[in-house]
Amino acid sequence: MTARYDRAITVFSPDGHLFQVEYAQEAVKKGSTAVGIRGKNIVVLGVEKKSVAKLQEERTVRKICALDEHVCMAFAGLTADARIVINRARVECQSHRLTVEDPVTVEYITRYIATLKQRYTQSNGRRPFGISALIVGFDYDGTPRLYQTDPSGTYHAWKANAIGRSAKTVREFLEKNYTEEAIATDKEAMKLAIKALLEVVQSGGKNIELAIIGRNQPLKILESKEIETLVAEIEKEKEEEAEKKKQKKTT
Amino acid sequence: MEYLIGIQGPDFVLVAADTIAANSIIQMKHDHDKMFKLSEKILMLCVGEAGDTVQFAEYIQKNVQLYKMRNGEEELCITVTVAEAWLVGWCLCGLKICNPNGLFASETGVSFLALGKRGVKEGIWKGVLCRARVTDYVFWCVCTDLTRDEAVELLKKCLEELKKRFILSLPSFNVRLIDKDGIKDLEKLPLAAA
Repeated sequence: MTARYDRAITVFSPDGHLFQVEYAQEAVKKGSTAVGIRGKNIVVLGVEKKSVAKLQEERTVRKICALDEHVCMAFAGLTADARIVINRARVECQSHRLTVEDPVTVEYITRYIATLKQRYTQSNGRRPFGISALIVGFDYDGTPRLYQTDPSGTYHAWKANAIGRSAKTVREFLEKNYTEEAIATDKEAMKLAIKALLEVVQSGGKNIELAIIGRNQPLKILESKEIETLVAEIEKEKEEEAEKKKQKKTT
Repeated sequence: MEYLIGIQGPDFVLVAADTIAANSIIQMKHDHDKMFKLSEKILMLCVGEAGDTVQFAEYIQKNVQLYKMRNGEEELCITVTVAEAWLVGWCLCGLKICNPNGLFASETGVSFLALGKRGVKEGIWKGVLCRARVTDYVFWCVCTDLTRDEAVELLKKCLEELKKRFILSLPSFNVRLIDKDGIKDLEKLPLAAA
């Protein structure tokens, strides 16, 4: 039944689905996980690094990209599609600065990316972008923002979200653990992101890449040493929790 | 009747531009800044058609930023083929990470690497005068073994000469120094007291 309605993007199915867009969302679910957290003075993006082949240079595979000095994004899905979207977004950021003489707000650039994606769901001969993006940054009034876009061209603001493989597991973890005290300090927000990723990432800290933007600060991608330190702290906290529980049981 | 001058030392570049914005014979502004910061260590001085200069410079500024975003580092060597369309003569200078200094000048779209003879003794310089239009002058030179103070002295001498020989009076100049630590504002010349 679906076979008749999923050939072309520009065809609705009788029950109102655009199958190509939904298949694009499936493509996103195949991509490696990315998580975004909006703290008070910091926004955090964490991605699962795909294991790199032995002969491959690690630095050429980058999933977190700066769009402007105060905005950056991570994506899940087809890397090549993401490159196009990121390129267009970067040009738009500078174009906005040239004409309006103000840096873009996070919402503006998200809307731009979402409009771009939507255009590709409504024209002939083109397929939708197979990526979901998490766009984080600070507006010029200092408010931190996190937005998520998906292949259909919709976007929403989030406090914390995950996309890609096992996004649902991570999102449930975040729903349980995203509290005011969990994001009280910058470090706590970073640890929350790592904890969320550790739920689904095998082999721990080596496969995690973390980036943060602080208010009025440029994008900072954490070194693997720093991530190792944070992971070690998380492990220690977990052990302490386990100890406490054991003591409670015995007493 | 605008004037730009650049002096390239071994590890710095000293530039000065006059601060007059004029419309035919009327002086519209006496504090017009003709230097545009393209990045932390690249400065561009632009003279030419009113409006064109600013538009061109801002366009280049944003494109340099875009290049920075895309490539994670700054555009060190800018070839401006677009300059053909603009009635602008510009003088581009900045720190290149591979070579110590770069000083480029262009004359309405014709850009050429501006290097005087190297290996010249201290205090002696060779320069080339290039003209964007009859009335605009872009002047630059390259010297080795020049200290910063000597460069400033040289600049003062040039401006003295200009005051003596140039048909119009250009009362004040913006002076900036670029080295590996970035762009620094120096005092305006000529000194108000003098």
